[in-house]
Amino acid sequence: MITIDINKKLHGSNGAMDLKVNFTIKEGDFIALAGQSGSGKTTLLRILSGLEEAEGTLQIGDELWLQGKKALAPQKRKIGFVFQDYALFPNMTVEENLLYVQKDKKLANHLLKITELSELKKRLPNTLSGGQKQRVSLCRAMMNRPKLLLMDEPLSALDPAMRTKLQQEILLLHKEFGTTTIMVSHDPSEIYRLASRVVVLELGQIINDGTPKEVLLKTSGSQKFSFEGELLEIVKVDVIYVAIIAIGQQLVEVVISEHEAEKLKIGESIRVSTKAFAPTIM
Amino acid sequence: MLETLKTLELTPFILSFKLAGVTTLILFILSLPLAWYLAQTKSRVKPYLEAITSLPIVLPPSVLGFYILIIFAEIDLAFTFTGLVIASCFYSLPFMVQPLQSGFEGLNKNMLEASYISGKSKLETILRVALPNIKPALMTAIIITFAHTVGEFGVVLMIGGSIPDETKVASIAIYEFVEVMDYGTAHIYSAIMVAISFLVLLGVYFFNQKQSKKIGGFH
Repeated sequence: MITIDINKKLHGSNGAMDLKVNFTIKEGDFIALAGQSGSGKTTLLRILSGLEEAEGTLQIGDELWLQGKKALAPQKRKIGFVFQDYALFPNMTVEENLLYVQKDKKLANHLLKITELSELKKRLPNTLSGGQKQRVSLCRAMMNRPKLLLMDEPLSALDPAMRTKLQQEILLLHKEFGTTTIMVSHDPSEIYRLASRVVVLELGQIINDGTPKEVLLKTSGSQKFSFEGELLEIVKVDVIYVAIIAIGQQLVEVVISEHEAEKLKIGESIRVSTKAFAPTIM
Repeated sequence: MLETLKTLELTPFILSFKLAGVTTLILFILSLPLAWYLAQTKSRVKPYLEAITSLPIVLPPSVLGFYILIIFAEIDLAFTFTGLVIASCFYSLPFMVQPLQSGFEGLNKNMLEASYISGKSKLETILRVALPNIKPALMTAIIITFAHTVGEFGVVLMIGGSIPDETKVASIAIYEFVEVMDYGTAHIYSAIMVAISFLVLLGVYFFNQKQSKKIGGFH
């Protein structure tokens, strides 16, 4: 069981705010931490790893990492941290990056095998692709058999195909090692695929906490489809009005009434939903 | 010409390089923690420390030499090799600290934190992660400090005087040859200094070019 009850004054881009977070995590859980930028997600990870000071209690099993203002040094916490920018040691080969953490060749070889990096173990990080680098970073984080694995938007710098592949590898490692994991992510599909629980932060407070299904599915009642998007343009075609809406990476056209066309403003965030019909999936 | 070459006194060169070597070694050890601190700190003391560290660049050597001379006169260090080493350490301090500091500042903070999280102390992180990743800056710091100490003149003149085999380094020797109008020897001494300095600098820049290709600059 991991108990997190912390408090810290932040002077972020949105002015001063209190980061006040209190929740518990079951051992072996995979938590996704979501929320807008500036909501305190990264700071929370940094407090958990001991890189940033805070007040409160942090208890991992029977170990106290933070009690009042007394914090255990990051060196002594047994944490794995995966940074968005990989943060590999450029002067060491892939294998040396792993062995720097712990001189455990067996574990290193095993991790490199799972992530299909065995062939690259003598290469320097500078010669690897982004996806490969992040896999090395993931392996390195697992090297000290962490009690808690923290990932700060680990996949956001990668292209979609590489993302999916790495998600599978993260899942594989999580199944094999059962490491309690907290991952900051903005990607709903990623959260849905990986996490067993989502915690949403806003302005330093938890505003939502539940399973990915409860938190992420936007449909309610008899709605079958519901998307959030941005209204780009309203075009008048003969007697009808067509709204052009950006949903994710796609543009769609929706027919709207004259009354709606008058009410809506360009650039507005809107929700598109439909009721009972059978979509075709190709 | 050949006659002059045969009877050429090499002690001033040896003395110059010995002085530069010892100074560089001491400065490296002293500057490492200072440069690291300056690169990491957000303290209000930082600008003061930086200004003090950089003073020797702007001060005339005679000012530095004058103050050091006054202090050394009290503790009997003037006109000795040890005194010369201490004075050189003050004089060359910025040339060691500044490249190291900017090297450390250019390092990815997350990378250093990744090392702490891996259970490594600050010292181990500096030695095994920070320093190997600022090799060009490290080379620049060491070589420029060395070369700058070899080329030092004003402070040496004031603190060291010109005692043969003790404080008469190459730059002083050249000055004296010119004074007594022995231009032949002055030419040879000067040419040797130019050649060595050029080769040393060339070596540094070659090394830096190779390094930045290998690990991709400072990151």
